[in-house]
Amino acid sequence: MSIEKGDIEKLSRLARINVSNDVADIVTDRVNDVLSMVDQLQAIDTTNVEPMAHPQDATQRLRADEITESNQRQVLMSNAPAQEDGLFLVPKVID
Amino acid sequence: MHDLTIVEIKQALASGDFSSKEVTEHFLARIKRLNPTYNSFVTPMEAQALASAEQADKDIAAGKQRLLCGIPFAHKDIFCTLGTKTSCGSKMLNDFVAPYDATVVSKLKQSGAVCLGKTNMDEFAMGSSNETSFYGPVKNPWDTNCVPGGSSGGSAAAVAARLAPGATATDTGGSIRQPAALCGVTGLKPTYGRVSRWGMIAFASSLDQGGPMARTAEDCAYMLQSMSGFDEKDSTSADREVDDFIGPLNQSIAGTKIGVPKEFFDEGLNSDVEAAVQQALREYEKLGATLVDIELPHSSLAVPTYYVLAPAEASANLSRFDGVRYGHRCQDPEDLMDLYCRSREEGFGEEVQRRILVGAYVLSAGYYDAYYRKAQQVRRLIKNDFVSAFEKVDIIAGPTCPSPAFEFGAKSDNPVEMYLEDIYTISVNLAGLPALSHPCGLVNGKPTGLQLIGDYWDETKILRAAHQYQQQTDWHAGTPDGIE
Repeated sequence: MSIEKGDIEKLSRLARINVSNDVADIVTDRVNDVLSMVDQLQAIDTTNVEPMAHPQDATQRLRADEITESNQRQVLMSNAPAQEDGLFLVPKVID
Repeated sequence: MHDLTIVEIKQALASGDFSSKEVTEHFLARIKRLNPTYNSFVTPMEAQALASAEQADKDIAAGKQRLLCGIPFAHKDIFCTLGTKTSCGSKMLNDFVAPYDATVVSKLKQSGAVCLGKTNMDEFAMGSSNETSFYGPVKNPWDTNCVPGGSSGGSAAAVAARLAPGATATDTGGSIRQPAALCGVTGLKPTYGRVSRWGMIAFASSLDQGGPMARTAEDCAYMLQSMSGFDEKDSTSADREVDDFIGPLNQSIAGTKIGVPKEFFDEGLNSDVEAAVQQALREYEKLGATLVDIELPHSSLAVPTYYVLAPAEASANLSRFDGVRYGHRCQDPEDLMDLYCRSREEGFGEEVQRRILVGAYVLSAGYYDAYYRKAQQVRRLIKNDFVSAFEKVDIIAGPTCPSPAFEFGAKSDNPVEMYLEDIYTISVNLAGLPALSHPCGLVNGKPTGLQLIGDYWDETKILRAAHQYQQQTDWHAGTPDGIE
């Protein structure tokens, strides 16, 4: 399966990465290089093979629903590129 | 002093030959003098290192000796270090100061080790040559026109250039073993779940594992002993006792069965690398091991399987970089969508963007079954090959990479050719097994490595075999020309 330049536009929105017009062709070609390489998987018979998501087939460990962390709001917000009154700033979302 | 191994420094500190402060100052001075040549460190940590060294000297004097007390080392810049910039080789995190320590960082601190600084790497650990780093490529100390391998190229070059006796690293598809091979050092990727991933910036969560790099297998055993163990903060950390990796190193390997997969000696392998690997295998026979021909029939599918699963996991993991909570943010966004799309366009490099796009594609509606589910099925076939092989043998051995270090730019225009660098290492990550690479010879003056793959949780066996090999050979002691 291969993709076209128009597909890259759709993917770039899905992935939230702007792909500018001047690189769209080369990005399309390179993504197609990768997709044609992985296409060899299609020839493999995997009937009745259980998909593998974890090396030891382990399941997610659960714990009691208790508060274990203290509030570290100031520390955790110290890397925010834009903030005000302890809140993250984003462009206006609702009119 | 910089030619000493971790174990030799430990002995010297214990007997008072020099202090931790002296050896730390020595390495810091070397980093200052030589790092402009190799670019292996992105953030030296001089003040913190000296403070830790002084504390270590007090502890040693007070008899409070710990496993790595006073021993200098470096952290790959993928591990969060409280109060110190943690960039992951990316413009996205160029201003990111970690608000906490990764578990691996805490553990090495508790062992008394002295962190000299953070090492350079491929951006978000995506690369096999260190050319994708925002901070410029690391130079291979054996030939500065050549790549050091990646993604942990900064750690490997730091050890090879004697800027640190050991370093942490991470391995998703070969990122510890391949640079170890190309820089002539020893590096170990542990069993998936052995070393906590908490605070280790995620690339592909079902494949990522942290591990040590050093000159010798014995040094790697010391570092792994400190780094390992259950961590409730990592939901995939294995809740099991940490084995003793150090004690058994001196036991004989007579009677060990070493499987040699024919698929690892195919037409893609450089003939001089093959000769070096064969020579190393004969050395293992002299140590009493038996070589057994084995097959791993799905090996050739490891690279395509990986380049579905790793980008898929990366596209999910890297969605956290939104320009809002931390990381790069574009100027004057028009709206929220523009903020996301331009921040990520500007903050991520070409290779990272490509992998996110591939990941988004293979997970998207209509393609999920054909790509993602299919790759997860083939992943199980690859794992099953290893499970069958380990019914017959104790260890699997072969080349770490198909050829020695290549020149800058040689593969950077062709992602698929670059991906084939990891052809012998990737299947190990897909299966979740432990494996190490140790130096086994020189090809045109550049190092090459032998890979030893162990069964699940059996790091002890591969470390012991490599240690026994290194008692009889001196490839691990080789120093690049011009390193004094």
